[in-house]
Amino acid sequence: MSLSTTDVFDPSARWQLSGQVSLRDEAFGALAYHHGNRRLVFLKSPELVAIVRGLSQYSSAHEAINAFVEPSSHERYVVALASLFRSELLCGR
Amino acid sequence: MGADTSLRDRFEHGLAAPICLTWELTYACNLACTHCLSSSGRRDPLELSTSEAKALIDEIAAMQIFYINIGGGEPMIRRDFFEIVEHAVHQKVGVKFSTNGTRIDASAARRLAAIDYLDIQISIDGADAETSDRIRGAGSYAQARRAMDHLKDANFGEFKISVVMTRDNIGQLDEFQALADHYGAQLRLTRLRPSGRGVEVWESLHPTREQNRQLYEWLLEHPQVLTGDSFFHLSALGDPLDGLNLCGAGRVVCLIDPIGEVYACPFVIHDEFKAGNVRESGFAHVWRESPLFRSLREPGNPGACASCGSYDACRGGCMAAKFFTGLELTDPDPECVFGHGETALDARRVVLRPTPSPDHSKSVAVRLVSRKSLV
Ligand code: SF4
Ligand code: SF4
Repeated sequence: MSLSTTDVFDPSARWQLSGQVSLRDEAFGALAYHHGNRRLVFLKSPELVAIVRGLSQYSSAHEAINAFVEPSSHERYVVALASLFRSELLCGR
Repeated sequence: MGADTSLRDRFEHGLAAPICLTWELTYACNLACTHCLSSSGRRDPLELSTSEAKALIDEIAAMQIFYINIGGGEPMIRRDFFEIVEHAVHQKVGVKFSTNGTRIDASAARRLAAIDYLDIQISIDGADAETSDRIRGAGSYAQARRAMDHLKDANFGEFKISVVMTRDNIGQLDEFQALADHYGAQLRLTRLRPSGRGVEVWESLHPTREQNRQLYEWLLEHPQVLTGDSFFHLSALGDPLDGLNLCGAGRVVCLIDPIGEVYACPFVIHDEFKAGNVRESGFAHVWRESPLFRSLREPGNPGACASCGSYDACRGGCMAAKFFTGLELTDPDPECVFGHGETALDARRVVLRPTPSPDHSKSVAVRLVSRKSLV
């Protein structure tokens, strides 16, 4: 049995960037730092940064992704957000 | 989004601000370790004042540098140590600081435990007093252990035990881990570089090739052990070690010294790697504009390593280790796992090694005398 990477992250739910996280823009995307667990995470594309920053404006993660990337890349960004979720960067609202 | 190699390529061009910023608060130290990377001992009269230190922290916070590594010298010797640390954490700039532990008594431990966003690294260089004191001075191991006991009693939580790997202590890896487990601490191992006073002892203390292989295998088996990306030159042996596997000097790493000088990395305190001074133009300006840092962000020249099949893993190793052993920066790392560094060392025409520019060593090494023996 294998668990899918999106096991607990529901992309049809409402999400936002955790209040404990700071983002610093970089040419490749951004650095995200979680002040609670002190983890540094790299957001490796400007699109991902735009989605993460925009999450709270949309009624689901799917919608936020649709706003910034082509449908053909949609799934990749669901996986990326799920991984940010596991690093405790995102929280529900 | 790209694989991690593309991220490393980005890092090669430098970041908007460093990830790993070390700030040495003072050159003053009550110990005189033989391998001290900053040749510390005497306080420099030009040390940044408390208000300059706070202004620097404000700038660091504005640049969104999320945490800083504070070192020295012995940072706790500064009278305003707690004031500086508290100023940083109040602005959500996390602090990791390195100490020899001599100033952590029960009450200091309680005060440290009360501060959020604070990590402590206590240095020892052997798993027993005899091995450690040979490098750090008589009585230093016992004092470091006392500091660890105090932190444990104060419920500080998970502090770090930091060890520089030498020929004398690589055989003690499991003992270091056991010591860390005993305290619920994290073990951190770093590389001995020929920097500062380390220039003098590197030759006799740096690990042998066989020991480096042993260390590499041990690190692969113990991925929880922290290394600060120290040992990426060993990644040429096979599977890469955890980390960026890249010399970050001037790209993601830099050092601010006690008098505000900015160097490319903590291990290259030498005029040749000095980028500017925070007093003159502020730190952000030095980081972004210094010609030295800009040149370090150009693609590296693989030089003698160009034909090596492991270049992608090791990138020719550590700039500081080459510089202070008198090698060219395009030479292989002096500890190249394939022995090419040794060949290069033998081929040096003149063995004229640079010495660190500022030297704050005390002229006579101090002896640690415990209070008891004074009465
Ligand atoms: S030859 Fe150069 S790149 Fe290859 S392992 Fe040695 S130091 Fe690293
Ligand atoms: S010079 Fe050496 S110690 Fe400094 S950043 Fe480069 S690899 Fe690390």
